[in-house]
Amino acid sequence: MPVVSLDRDHLFGGLEKKYTQEEFEQLCFDYGVELDDVLEEDGRTVYKIDIPANRYDLLCYEGIVRALRVFLGKDPVPEYTVDNSAAGGGLQEMRVTDAVAGVRPVVVCAVLRNLSFDERSYQSFIDLQDKLHHNICRRRTLVSIGTHDLDAVKGPFVYDARAPEDIRFVPLSKENEVNARELFDNIRSNDIHLKPYLHIIENEPKYPVITDSSGTVLSLPPIINGNISRITLNTKNVFIEVTAMDQTKAHIVLNTVAIMFSQYCKNPLSVEEVKIVAADGSSSTSPVLESRECVTNLSAINKLLGLQLSLAEVQKLLMRMGLKSHGDEEKEEVVVAVPPTRSDILHPCDVIEDVAIAYGFNELPVQPPPTISLGKQNPLMQLTDKLRLESALAGFTEALSLSLCSREENFGFLNREDNNSGVTIANPKTQEFQMGRTSLYPGLLKTIGSNQKHKLPLKLFEVSDVILKDPSAEAGARNRRRLAAVYCDRVSGFEVIHGFVDRIMRVLDVLPAGTPRKDKPVYHLEPRDDPTYFKGRAANLIVAFDGKPVVVGHFGVVHPLVIKNFKLSNVCSAVELDVEYFL
Amino acid sequence: KPPPSRYVESSFWNFDALFQPQQHPARDAHDTFFLTQPAACRSCPEEYLERVKAVHENGGYGSIGYRYNWKRSEADKNLLRTHTTAVSSRMLEQLARDTQATGEWAPKRYFSVDRVFRNETVDKTHLAEFHQVEGLVADKNLSLGDLIGTIHMFFSRLGMKDVRFKPAYNPYTEPSMEIFAYHAGLGKWVEVGNSGVFRPEMLRPMGLPEDVNVIAWGLSLERPTMILYGIDNIRDLFGHKVDLQMIKTNPVCRLGL
Repeated sequence: MPVVSLDRDHLFGGLEKKYTQEEFEQLCFDYGVELDDVLEEDGRTVYKIDIPANRYDLLCYEGIVRALRVFLGKDPVPEYTVDNSAAGGGLQEMRVTDAVAGVRPVVVCAVLRNLSFDERSYQSFIDLQDKLHHNICRRRTLVSIGTHDLDAVKGPFVYDARAPEDIRFVPLSKENEVNARELFDNIRSNDIHLKPYLHIIENEPKYPVITDSSGTVLSLPPIINGNISRITLNTKNVFIEVTAMDQTKAHIVLNTVAIMFSQYCKNPLSVEEVKIVAADGSSSTSPVLESRECVTNLSAINKLLGLQLSLAEVQKLLMRMGLKSHGDEEKEEVVVAVPPTRSDILHPCDVIEDVAIAYGFNELPVQPPPTISLGKQNPLMQLTDKLRLESALAGFTEALSLSLCSREENFGFLNREDNNSGVTIANPKTQEFQMGRTSLYPGLLKTIGSNQKHKLPLKLFEVSDVILKDPSAEAGARNRRRLAAVYCDRVSGFEVIHGFVDRIMRVLDVLPAGTPRKDKPVYHLEPRDDPTYFKGRAANLIVAFDGKPVVVGHFGVVHPLVIKNFKLSNVCSAVELDVEYFL
Repeated sequence: KPPPSRYVESSFWNFDALFQPQQHPARDAHDTFFLTQPAACRSCPEEYLERVKAVHENGGYGSIGYRYNWKRSEADKNLLRTHTTAVSSRMLEQLARDTQATGEWAPKRYFSVDRVFRNETVDKTHLAEFHQVEGLVADKNLSLGDLIGTIHMFFSRLGMKDVRFKPAYNPYTEPSMEIFAYHAGLGKWVEVGNSGVFRPEMLRPMGLPEDVNVIAWGLSLERPTMILYGIDNIRDLFGHKVDLQMIKTNPVCRLGL
């Protein structure tokens, strides 16, 4: 969840009220944001506010204050307008060549006229771009923003892609002119902030570049701007260019940056359009500020919220959420004008949520829950719980271990060959999560290892899933529910584990082979050759279902090498069997 | 017929079927465990997949959709499921198919308590795997009031009689409500769960009837347990570092008694 840091007093100044922390927390709670943290920085109180991931319009001071003022009824719903009056003869132009099609095809632009920044708003402007870059822009891979002092450059502008050696400019905050290749080498060696973005473009034969009519480089998307067009506190006219791989996201990002800071223009909340001329000569303008219509049925609203609001009441509630609408009495519909700042509204259900927020979630009528029906667990869980109970009744203590482990723990430590039977993780943060376990033994033995000071004997069990590769499964892998138990003492306790196996078979209604019984499974043991166990002291547990024998599990004295690998001080016997055969 | 438990799931069922867009932070390698083996799922239900693709790309069912290029290769990527809602998506799609086959609608209530995985840095309150509790009700004309009422009843059984709701965001529910309960010991309201009404963009491609709503709520198992028992390190509760002495001497749970 994105976090916006605001100076508390500046925030309260914008809201024209000095809240107590509790009051402000309540306001956040009601609106749907969260005061996550309060810090003291340089003698000022800073509020860190958590913003929902889909509200790009709340990612800066300007957006939050604007939205809350409307919510509190202090301001009417803002109207965003296009004002091209300062463009005089013609709009600024961005001409796109076909060279960008293969590398970073989309560009949209806007102009903010007669703006005045102060230190705070300037910093807010930078911070908003950073946040957008990090979130919706997916760390600049999908979209990136460049902002420029329009008076330092001269349109028409060109969005092209050229070989890195052919791009020469003085990068932001630097003094010397370099070509793009040299720039990248410098960044790779010296700039830890920009280095993570190089990969987006460095292997392309041509790099995207924006230049003005005299060839001055404005920016090298998505890496860095040129120094000539850098914005300062004296900048009066701002040129915003947004380049992207995705048209929809480019517009959302452009709208967010332009609209948020349009409040500082001489004609507040107005944005000047830019003409985008495509490679084939066709043209369009950006930004696109027209509101979209979203039609919501009044009875749908009332049905979902359990209310009986009139059209007028719904409209009044929506105003608090920054949504203007008109009502159609005949059709019983609310037609909402979705502003360009609300890209989160996709469907009437988004409008209904806003009605509910304005009304107050905690004011909504509560229904007793619909008729209760009989619930039950699925069969595997029922069986699992019964086995857990029986294992505990047999004197074993339940452990709950992790499903992820290292390859070493799953194979080598158990003295087993690494036969690649498990699922492997692509991006583990540590070696501990290299793969999904194919046996419950590593978890149980590690639990014993962490409890060496415990009184002996240690008797542990676990009924839990292992993950196995399975080419016939839809995802290529499946879980199997296993029951495992370990007995740890100064002596091996093989007979204890054997007794446990007999007990589990009994409670599963599986009797020893040779017992005369029709239609019921019977079991017997056979010697097992398995390097996890001491040679000659391991057995396969074989159950005959309908006369067909299945090896459902195995048990034995744990091999001394295994004991050593898990750093245990005493000896163990263990059993592991597959529960699902008994479903 | 509940589906068999699976930790390994395709991105399709874990994200796309839930109307969670591709190129969303949660799908990043930072938060999700992707697999090298098996890296991709073997199959997806093709007709349903086309409808999911369409609603992401172009909307439909009253929605404008996300309007981006949906990639099959992203949906095929296998992962360790990041939420039990991945199971809910399968169950609801099955319910839709069953309803279409029989022509009859029967309301359903599902729950699950199961393990999920997040690729997070391990610390005192976070492990890479933990458990989620999830409940859902699918029925005709369910309202937000039904959800609030169900949640009140559920949490009061857990000893939390005083709950409040805060507007929140989940990609697959709208409205979404975070659930807060008052913790007398800490003297403040703490978040105890999340809930919402599933979005039409998720339910309609499954083929569920138009007047069917699905309300759902969920919480993690570890966090409320830690708050309740005053445990500040999650490794004391789950994993091989748990102290067996604690297991042996902990009194019976009297919650709800």
